[in-house]
Amino acid sequence: MNIVDLVVPTIAQGLLWSILALGVFLTYRVLDIADLTVEGSFPLGAAVAASMLTSGYDPYVSIVVAAFAGMLAGVVTGILTTKLKIPALLAGILTMIALYSVNLRIMGKANLSLLRVDTIFSLASFISDNRSMVALVVGLVAVALVVVANYWFFGTEIGAAIRATGNNPNMIRANGIDTDATVILGLLLSNALVAVSGALIGQDNGFADVGMGTGTIVIGLASVIVGEVLFGTRNFMNWLISVVLGSIAYRVVIAIVLQMGMPPNDLKLFTAVLVAIALVMPLIKKKLKADREVA
Amino acid sequence: MLKVEHVFKTFNPGTITEKKALKDLSLHLAPGDFVTVIGGNGAGKSTMMNSICGTFLVDKGSITIDGVDITHWPEHRRAKFIGRVFQDPMMGTAAGMQIEENLAIAARRNRRPTFAWSAPGSQRERFREMLASLGLGLENRLESKVGLLSGGQRQAVTLLMATMAEPKLLLLDEHTAALDPKTAAKVLEITNNIVTERKLTTIMITHNMRDALALGNRLVMLHDGHIIIDVAGEEKKNLTVPDLLKMFEKAAGREMTSDRLLLS
Ligand SMILES: Nc1ncnc2c1ncn2[C@@H]1O[C@H](COP(=O)(O)OP(=O)(O)OP(=O)(O)O)[C@@H](O)[C@H]1O
Ligand SMILES: [Mg+2]
Repeated sequence: MNIVDLVVPTIAQGLLWSILALGVFLTYRVLDIADLTVEGSFPLGAAVAASMLTSGYDPYVSIVVAAFAGMLAGVVTGILTTKLKIPALLAGILTMIALYSVNLRIMGKANLSLLRVDTIFSLASFISDNRSMVALVVGLVAVALVVVANYWFFGTEIGAAIRATGNNPNMIRANGIDTDATVILGLLLSNALVAVSGALIGQDNGFADVGMGTGTIVIGLASVIVGEVLFGTRNFMNWLISVVLGSIAYRVVIAIVLQMGMPPNDLKLFTAVLVAIALVMPLIKKKLKADREVA
Repeated sequence: MLKVEHVFKTFNPGTITEKKALKDLSLHLAPGDFVTVIGGNGAGKSTMMNSICGTFLVDKGSITIDGVDITHWPEHRRAKFIGRVFQDPMMGTAAGMQIEENLAIAARRNRRPTFAWSAPGSQRERFREMLASLGLGLENRLESKVGLLSGGQRQAVTLLMATMAEPKLLLLDEHTAALDPKTAAKVLEITNNIVTERKLTTIMITHNMRDALALGNRLVMLHDGHIIIDVAGEEKKNLTVPDLLKMFEKAAGREMTSDRLLLS
């Protein structure tokens, strides 16, 4: 097989999925919340975009509307956890489960094919005859926009308040900021990104499926953690780019293990183990260090 | 300027762990008052402070600042009026953010955040001067993460942050208790300078009777959820530690047994 035929789609996938990873980064790292809404807002984005496309709407508009739908999902989780004091993890699970029904309603059935309609990728097909190359370029443009927008936003006073909320809620409350509002805003932005990622992936795959959210939180976490370990967290811009590169690295790893003959059905198991290892890494490092100091 | 009137606060009411922490507590502060607060463990000092800054709402009574009734305001809204330094040096700053970013957030405590750049270079000179005034060598570390600072440095920075956007009221809850004696003395000196120079209305809780006597123009002792001693002006100036102990015995009807208070 031609190496380019393998590399281009892998990078394209990594880019499209990295928008999900950036969404997970916003909650998991910036807000310090593990938000499972993701597993519902990802298919939500795909469902909204797919049903709009099959009704003849413009692909660009479908992505904007998907983003707004994601925002709404984030706000629901945000209100559940701040105003109603439900633990964030549980709040996310509740929204995720509710979204399963919502997504079925939006699509009218469990799976919606996009084979015969225009998508953002078919609109961009003038770029190249190679479908994967088109996906790569579209992904690159989308990711660049998202990264720059995030860098700007989290440098503003409002963005700094959100970062401080994840860092030390006591401190930011003592400085006049309503942490309920910052948490809700953070969840809103995160799930908007996740839904956009879902809308893009759905259009790339050529279908939206109600089950496509399963395991997305773990894929997002894997990208964040792998990116941090491999590419660093020196400053916010570096951190954002690391997450994007982490998403690509994750796709490369997946491509390699699949090439080596791992059955695709084992992918989720593989990813879960990968994330588990990455999560216990700091603990193991600390233990090794402590042991060395004792010895 | 601050009026705490007949405030009651009970934790876990109706359970076996029920604790009446404040019982009919009243305290009036005049503008520029620097009040030191002492009292044994569990006397209700922190609860009084937390009631004022809105960590929780009180069961009964009212709290007003400059005539504005804030009894039912949420914590973040009261922060527009109140600067605060916690006992735990980790509480007052965001460890993962730069000193500059922390200061910038504190500088706008009394207004809404906007889409303007959070830490513009134009504030740097001012921040640097303020840090230099601490005398801790922090003026060239604006871009350091606060998490890299020592506890004393963090408390000093928190003190700057609390007083930056002119607070109507400054609340200090044993803000030197977690520091080693030398650092504690330094942070206390900085505190005294800031408060007296700018005539900030201040309440400072301390476990050190000598500090309580040496600083401020007024001294309040809490016992069992209300104020049992309240001295000011000349009377306070002439007060000694043995005097205080005697006053406590008379007011509380028993001997002072609070270990931490005596030891210091
Ligand atoms: N959040 C809370 N929940 C339950 N009980 C509490 C809470 N906060 C304080 N208490 C109880 O209320 C009483 C007063 O506590 P407070 O912290 O105000 O005392 P303090 O005077 O600050 O004491 P210390 O010198 O130990 O700081 C104590 O018995 C304490 O256990
Ligand atoms: Mg206390």
